[in-house]
Amino acid sequence: MSADTTMTEGLNIIQKSASPPSYVSTRNACKLCAPLGASLVFRGIEGAVPFLHGSQGCATYMRRYIISHFREPMDIAASGFSESSAIFGGGENLRRGLQNVTAQYKPSMIGVATTCLCETIGEDVAAMVREYALSEGQDGRTEGHAPQLVHVSTPSYSGTHVDGFHAAVRSVVETLATPEATSHHCVNFFPGMVSAADLRYLKEIAEDFEISSLLLPDYSETLDGPALDAYQKIPAGGTPIQGIRSAAGARASIEFGRTVRERDTAAAFLERTFGVRAHRLGLPIGINETDRFFSTLKDIADRPASRKHELERGRLIDSYVDGHKYVFGKRAIVYGEEDLVVGLAALLAEIGIIPVLCASGGKSGALRQAIAEVAPSSPEVTEVCDDTDFMSIGEKAKLLKPDLLIGNSKGYGIARDLGIPLVRVGFPIHDRIGGQRILHLGYRGTQQLFDRIVNALLEYKQQTAEIGYSYM
Amino acid sequence: MTNVLHERERQVYRKGAEPFQIDCEKQSAAGSVSQRACVFCGSRVVLYPIADALHVVHGPIGCASYTWDIRGARSSGPQLHRLSFSTDLQEMDVIRGGEKKLFAALCELIDAHHPKAAFVYATCIAGIIGDDVNAVCKQASEAKGIPVLPVHSEGFKGTKKDGYRAACEALFQLIGTASTEGIVPTSVNILGDFNLAGEIWMIREYFERMGIQVVACITGDGRVDDIRRAHGAALNLVQCSGSMMYLAKSMKERWGTPFLRVSYFGIEDMAQALYDTARFFKDPEIMRRTQDLVHQEIDKVMPQINAYRRDVQGKKAGIYVGGAFKAFSLVRALRLLDMKTVLVGSQTGSREDYEQLRELCDEGTIIVDDSNPLELAGFLQEKDVDLFIGGVKERPIAYKLGVGFCDHNHERKEALAGFAGMVNFAREVHSTVMSPVWQFTSRKRNETAV
Repeated sequence: MSADTTMTEGLNIIQKSASPPSYVSTRNACKLCAPLGASLVFRGIEGAVPFLHGSQGCATYMRRYIISHFREPMDIAASGFSESSAIFGGGENLRRGLQNVTAQYKPSMIGVATTCLCETIGEDVAAMVREYALSEGQDGRTEGHAPQLVHVSTPSYSGTHVDGFHAAVRSVVETLATPEATSHHCVNFFPGMVSAADLRYLKEIAEDFEISSLLLPDYSETLDGPALDAYQKIPAGGTPIQGIRSAAGARASIEFGRTVRERDTAAAFLERTFGVRAHRLGLPIGINETDRFFSTLKDIADRPASRKHELERGRLIDSYVDGHKYVFGKRAIVYGEEDLVVGLAALLAEIGIIPVLCASGGKSGALRQAIAEVAPSSPEVTEVCDDTDFMSIGEKAKLLKPDLLIGNSKGYGIARDLGIPLVRVGFPIHDRIGGQRILHLGYRGTQQLFDRIVNALLEYKQQTAEIGYSYM
Repeated sequence: MTNVLHERERQVYRKGAEPFQIDCEKQSAAGSVSQRACVFCGSRVVLYPIADALHVVHGPIGCASYTWDIRGARSSGPQLHRLSFSTDLQEMDVIRGGEKKLFAALCELIDAHHPKAAFVYATCIAGIIGDDVNAVCKQASEAKGIPVLPVHSEGFKGTKKDGYRAACEALFQLIGTASTEGIVPTSVNILGDFNLAGEIWMIREYFERMGIQVVACITGDGRVDDIRRAHGAALNLVQCSGSMMYLAKSMKERWGTPFLRVSYFGIEDMAQALYDTARFFKDPEIMRRTQDLVHQEIDKVMPQINAYRRDVQGKKAGIYVGGAFKAFSLVRALRLLDMKTVLVGSQTGSREDYEQLRELCDEGTIIVDDSNPLELAGFLQEKDVDLFIGGVKERPIAYKLGVGFCDHNHERKEALAGFAGMVNFAREVHSTVMSPVWQFTSRKRNETAV
């Protein structure tokens, strides 16, 4: 954003006099940088080590951020640029880094994500990675002693952690999927950035439909693993590389995300290149969005949902009825990754809570349209802000007078200032334990969200009541 | 024996091996998964606690996002330091340059928050695209009438230590720019305490009881106006010497202010710090008050510490921290609990630091520079450590192995400095070492099986 565009934006703001002024700077960012998303993806692949080509600090900062959410080891290697590598190029650091990671971790894959530093000095990391693979007797596609290398371009001056996440999924598929894959009955799932509990639940749903699935990424175990008898250099679990290689032979792909640019996704690539049918759905949050997901599964599996899921859906509707009066007409601010915001807006719309502000630091350009699709209401009722930050959200919140906030830990300050509850969802959860085990998706995840939302409102009412009722 | 990368072998020393040999103060091995951060991190941690200054990160968003409100550095007044401001450079800014954006950001933020000064952190990209950050700072300073100080903290330009130095250079520009009126001869500056969980308030109160005036806290609960008159203090007390020694030396050179190295962690080091300060002023009254204070405080805390010691004595500890100076205090504090340090390392220690650690530690202790998760996991198992002390990145390594953990880093919310802090430290150690949860983890299960 240049100073000039700010001036014109400033004029727009004056016309909409109810809005606080806009800023050139980003104040309390509602986004993270692209390589973080890529690192999460690589951590969700079996035997893989994430690797950043840039300064040492990038890897360390992201590790700390991710560790604080998952409370699990999260190793990200870095080439560790020095001043001379910034001037003469970081190729030698990349080589030595890859060699050292290979020696230490004996990985089956190293996922190399770029940073703003190496992108700005114009390094051709793709070529460097290719050359390295050749020199190590690795042509990038066959299996051998040397680890498989995958490269993804994730400059942090372009897009957010969500863009880095999707770009990494696509790169992994583009690099590994072989045209020789024979067709099989597997379904590719590209769920986007969801919790470890969500990933486990998606696998369970697929099993219940008797669909063999390839879930990419799958950090349900690598970032939410058991206590161990011996330290694992690379934790067990993750998407099997062999499975990714045969992704082109799958009978279909399901990917979540209404705001991801369609042509850029792994599912779109597989459809375009190998004719694997792509089903594009919103994150299945709320009954309507989950019904769309289950209906797709029914079509693919050619069988109805099992009684277990029908019961979960039935109980969810029953609870909606039990709780509807506690929530009707309440005003909520929802923030976070764009697709999570869309899913939450869909849920709120179907239970009678007004999403007065849907905010994200992302800027796909598709947020407004996606929200209109899942939560139809007039723009006067639901304000949609993309490319925003937490101070802007806080300033709007003062005017909007919401009853609750729904989003990650970073909105806590706003909730505290307003004296209203925060229902914690998404990433990061840095002020509670168990962020990785929050379930958001499907009938079961919606049930948990609904219960937590209703209870947050009940608790607020109880705590602010003059009389300490134990019966609400 | 734990596997160590060939190029790192000389960064690990086991006491007993002769001659003493350790490599340090070098660039991290590529791909080693160092626990270190970067130059920016060094600058950011040092300046962060200055609560009435504006801190603007000039670069793409990551650096600002990851450092937003992660530290427990408290302020008794303004909370401006807890906000995260960034120029959030986009692709077009990288192509066209970010100077205009930086200037606009500084102007709007200074207008909105009325800070006493502004620090502008130039991160990797600002350096690479050649933004003249100095010129923009000068221009903003003239336009807004407050000091706007560039902090050259491009991540690739060295290590965290170079970031400390860049921060000290920015601080040094502030010092000497305000009147020293009202400063008495028995006065100090506290350098290198960051007021985590309110620690500096405790330390400050000790000095006040001794009859010593604290002029500026640099930087815990820091204020720009205090820092500007810091040259009026008679003595600089330097904790966290890795970060602040450069400033102390610069002040000695420019203003003749002498300095003492101190530590406020553990009873011995805390008492030593107060006695050294009292001795410096050569005032029998101050010395008498100091003795009274130390006796009172020790009498207050020892019964509680002894109670914890009975449970934890004989346990083995590992330490991995940012600066080695903190490790000295921790080894001594653990000794007070009758615990033995079998592993000690730091991200940025110097050869002298490690030499001193060797003198302090027992035979067989592993001393390591700039370690990584795999090595640390190996050392913990090799030494059968019961308690690991470190930061957020070290915690999951310990927990995965069924080892207790105590957070001694900047994110913590427990005050561990001062006499009362030693009780908190003992409680922290006790609460992890004595927890019944370990009965379910393999390390203890195996122990009971034997």
